[in-house]
Amino acid sequence: MEVADIIIKFVLVVVIFAISLVIAMYSTYAERKIAAFFQDRIGPNRAGPWGIFQPLADGGKMFLKEEIIPTNSNTFLFIAGPSLAILTACIGSAVIPWGQQLVIGKYTIPLQVTDINVGVLYIFGVVSLGVYGIMIGGWASNNKYSLLGAIRAASQNISYEIAMGLSIIALLMVTGTLSLKEIAAKQHGFWYHGWFTWNFFRQPLGFLLFIVCAFAETNRAPFDLPECETELIGGYHTEYSSMKLGFYLFSEYINMFVSGAVMATLYFGGYNFPFMHYFSGNVLALLGVVALFAKIFFFIFFFMWVRWTLPRFRYDQLMDLGWKILIPLAIANIIITGVWITYL
Amino acid sequence: MEPLSNKRKVIEDKPLNFLERAYLPAIVQGLATTMKHFFRKPVTIAYPEQKREYSENFRGMHSLKRDENGKERCTACGLCALSCPAEAITMTAAERQKGEENLYREEKYAAVYEINMLRCIFCGLCEEACPKEAIYLDGPHVPSDYLRKDFIYGKDKLVEAPLNQ
Repeated sequence: MEVADIIIKFVLVVVIFAISLVIAMYSTYAERKIAAFFQDRIGPNRAGPWGIFQPLADGGKMFLKEEIIPTNSNTFLFIAGPSLAILTACIGSAVIPWGQQLVIGKYTIPLQVTDINVGVLYIFGVVSLGVYGIMIGGWASNNKYSLLGAIRAASQNISYEIAMGLSIIALLMVTGTLSLKEIAAKQHGFWYHGWFTWNFFRQPLGFLLFIVCAFAETNRAPFDLPECETELIGGYHTEYSSMKLGFYLFSEYINMFVSGAVMATLYFGGYNFPFMHYFSGNVLALLGVVALFAKIFFFIFFFMWVRWTLPRFRYDQLMDLGWKILIPLAIANIIITGVWITYL
Repeated sequence: MEPLSNKRKVIEDKPLNFLERAYLPAIVQGLATTMKHFFRKPVTIAYPEQKREYSENFRGMHSLKRDENGKERCTACGLCALSCPAEAITMTAAERQKGEENLYREEKYAAVYEINMLRCIFCGLCEEACPKEAIYLDGPHVPSDYLRKDFIYGKDKLVEAPLNQ
């Protein structure tokens, strides 16, 4: 590997890292604004024009708050919890193909940090690690509400990961690859040979299952039982304050961003967009990035839209939905897909 | 029992059908409802810049009126204090001296006129009781303060500003 390659990768990592953090930051602002619009309000509008500096003010507040570590907590695990949560949230974006390659001079820059051939599995591994941040934090707090929140998070994630994995298997049967780059490349354009190229139109049920599970995995409403203000005070982050709390909240928004990117890549064509054959070269690559981000922003908006529409599930309803409905449906989806591939 | 009104409604407890149990149609309906609100005009009044209009018959802070020549109308008859259900009004009467004809309309006037704004219930009975049309509850809200004693408003706060001649 040349020095130039290393520098290119390093720059790409830093850029993606910065973008995910900025998007997570502004997701908090977007959440507040969108919540306000859904409730016929205005939302934050004091910090700067239309309140666009609100995330900076919130961040500054988080940093300046008193840092409290409960006396009877396990200090090491108490600090490890939010660190792990934000770490796992940030590394998920490494395998996402953000676009096709850019050509600058003699260098070809693929807009993907790494194209490992088990990209989907990597995402799954990282997402499953995310629950440890919540569990460790909830356990280390030495607070019954935190512990309840952590237990809920763990059992919820285990239940929904099965359905998520099964819904992905059907997708992998269609695409025949685990590499996210190839999955995105196979959905080139929008319309080909009389049918849509995007996987959503081959796997609509799979996508439905996947998005429901994505809501559960990111602990978003209506599956936000681990935090659940009304029952568990704050759930796993009850005892947290200052930037450690900020890390938990931040990791939730980064997870939303990453899962939006994953959904866009797996089911909605990633960086592909209709009429893309009119463009070529760097213009095509940049437009692809724009298209991918538009899809991601739509998914983030959809997450928020659902949050302000649906009430929270009761815990037994959550488990019923996961085990008795989603998993059988996912298995049925695999069988239907298998029959479809074999006989059509 | 015979129903007392025709509003009685028999509720059937029938089991959910397949579409209702599938959640999704209901979720789509809910999403449409929230989306309708998304494009609706916000009802917020951004307070310090915009202020909500007081209604026409709003009863706010009292003011003691002057007549067309700028003389105080109040004659300290005490009917307002008598009518006050919350006993918020006290006053001390005094006789008008020579040379004060341009200040007070009648021979008697209120040397001290105090309303305890923490007791006042803004019912408006004082303005109804007043025979001289001297007191009206036509002011804005009574502002907040830190000490109880600061809520006892004297003539300095109640009497209308003198006319400019």
